[in-house]
Amino acid sequence: MTGMSDLITPIIMPKWGLSMQEGTLAEWHVEEGTEISPGDEIMDVETDKIANVVEAADGGLLRRRVGTEGQVYPVRALLGVMAPDSVSDTEIDAYVDAFVVPKVEEDEDTGPTYQFAELPIGRIRYAERGGDGVPVLLIHGFGGDLDNWLFNIDAIAGTAPVYALDLPGHGQSIKAVDNPGLGVMVDAALAFMDHVQIDKAHLVGHSMGGLISGRVAIDHPARVASLTLIGSAGLGDEINPDYVEGFVASTSRRELKPKLQHLFADQGLVNRSMVDDLLKYKRLDGVQDFLENLSASLFSGGQQADRIADGLGPLDCPCQIIWGAEDAVIPAAHAKAISTASVTVIDGAGHMVQMEQAAKVNDLIKAHISA
Amino acid sequence: MARTLSMKDAINEALDQEMSRDPTVIMMGEDIVGGTGSPGEEDAWGGVLGVSKGLYHKHPKQMIDTPLSESAYVGAAIGAATCGLRPVAELMFIDFMGVCLDQIYNQAAKFRYMFGGKAETPVVIRAMCGAGFRAAAQHSQMLSPIFTHIPGLKVVCPSNAYDTKGLLIQSIRDNDPVIFLEHKNLYASECDVPEESYAIPFGEANVAREGKDVTIVAYGLMVPNSLAAADTLKGEGIEAEVIDLRTLSPIDMDTVIESVEETGRLVCVDEANPRCSIASDVSAGVAQEAFSALKAPIRMVTAPHSPVPFSPALEDLYIPSPDRIADAVRKTMGA
Repeated sequence: MTGMSDLITPIIMPKWGLSMQEGTLAEWHVEEGTEISPGDEIMDVETDKIANVVEAADGGLLRRRVGTEGQVYPVRALLGVMAPDSVSDTEIDAYVDAFVVPKVEEDEDTGPTYQFAELPIGRIRYAERGGDGVPVLLIHGFGGDLDNWLFNIDAIAGTAPVYALDLPGHGQSIKAVDNPGLGVMVDAALAFMDHVQIDKAHLVGHSMGGLISGRVAIDHPARVASLTLIGSAGLGDEINPDYVEGFVASTSRRELKPKLQHLFADQGLVNRSMVDDLLKYKRLDGVQDFLENLSASLFSGGQQADRIADGLGPLDCPCQIIWGAEDAVIPAAHAKAISTASVTVIDGAGHMVQMEQAAKVNDLIKAHISA
Repeated sequence: MARTLSMKDAINEALDQEMSRDPTVIMMGEDIVGGTGSPGEEDAWGGVLGVSKGLYHKHPKQMIDTPLSESAYVGAAIGAATCGLRPVAELMFIDFMGVCLDQIYNQAAKFRYMFGGKAETPVVIRAMCGAGFRAAAQHSQMLSPIFTHIPGLKVVCPSNAYDTKGLLIQSIRDNDPVIFLEHKNLYASECDVPEESYAIPFGEANVAREGKDVTIVAYGLMVPNSLAAADTLKGEGIEAEVIDLRTLSPIDMDTVIESVEETGRLVCVDEANPRCSIASDVSAGVAQEAFSALKAPIRMVTAPHSPVPFSPALEDLYIPSPDRIADAVRKTMGA
């Protein structure tokens, strides 16, 4: 029996973020009898928060599709079985019958843990996945939080230790922030690196987080091993004021939903749960003032106030730029701002390209930090 | 940071945070301190069901135990509101509002209008409401429609702990008189509630569940009952949308009408007695504004036109149950 189990590789319902308990297997992308390679897109899964494609963690011959399309399964339920031809159908039947869904609580090493750090600016929430090597620090954008990296943290964690933080004023970090602006954010990122004792990190920044990452690299080049700038601010003049100002001004679901649709190529991804979660954040005391002041400092009148392109060009720091071809917040044309950077523009993705095309973005990040 | 909190604890936290933030926020009520000054001071009662337990020691200058006279202290709270304080008066039960109605509807509700907008009355009157507590006809009523009838009052009736905290904070910060209704059978219901303060704006309904076949409009205890009905109906292939009104004045008819324009069917659920109720109000609004979208007659599920019975068996029949709501939806779908 032991020998048989060694040859069988299960495909299970993924867990995206702390709150996910179950998911719907929306659609299979592979037939039984297909040879799957790691990273292949094998199925679509939907949760109450988001829908996304699942990529294979392991490779092998798909022998059995256990999960049925349209059905809801708990996290880590068995959805498929991979095994070489040498394993009989009877043995696979026995494996499926004997499979027990592991309890999520007992399985702590398969998801990021959320923690808090007391920094000079106040309490900061972060997620951490351990490992060896130079760590990756993920920095989200304006109005975002570390859950913007829901589909990236686990995938990158196989290659390097991963940290993702909620910037000051965002997520579950301190909301009372004096003089919100680029300087405060850069200081917070550096103070966070000091707190978790990271001398040098691969910085991966999305949108405003890219601007922050670039500024850290320019001002403190010894702290940055490489840069990945995703749909980044700081590389050109314009930013969609209908998104930035609309996001800040919206107080109801009806107002906010069309603004959030600017973020995705597939606007169907903006569901009730996503809008509700952002409204809950925006209603917290202090957040409205914070967002108004931060947007006025960085993105007033549809113009970006800060630039990193000229400062990054001469640096030795390896830099890659990733953009969603259908980005409606910051135009994909800004991807060409740094001549020495490697550039990838991904079709079928908007501003949240790291969510919409997570597998491609994860591959690019892993390749970049391994180079 | 979010953690699970009961509705009762969410009320306590909202009061605590607002009294800390603003020294003009005060509480008045019967036994809201309860026992302080006696040898049992540390175990002060904190109101009839212990909602304000522990607050007196943090805010001793902002909490006043009153005599057993609702007419006196509700009047005092309204007067204090016109003079710069933000009082939160706690009535044990909405049923006792009758003895202080002049102060509420003829005074507090009128000041802004009669003094040309120069007077504000930022008072909150909290009261437990609703049946199912085996407390008989004089402690179990859902009198929400009495207050929605009166211009100048805002009326709130939340269905869960998250909304309760945010709506109570908004009520305290609001510059008009607010009737804040807490369903006693929801006090123990729990959900994720942020530790930080937040305010939920009035006049914004919450779509508690999305569905394409029928719109169920509810508030208070009727929201979980409607969600339970929607679960049952899903098994029959009926996708019900459940709208939680959250605030009854102002009322978010836009969200209701948008939903009915998609589903074409409406079931209004109200624990109040049926005549001139929230259910009849919403039904009339939809009939007037979105009649052409309707594929079937509107149905209402309400309490009967009777006092709340003391017999437990009859009281259970009195309250609109998930089964009755599901039946009404099936009739609407079959029509």
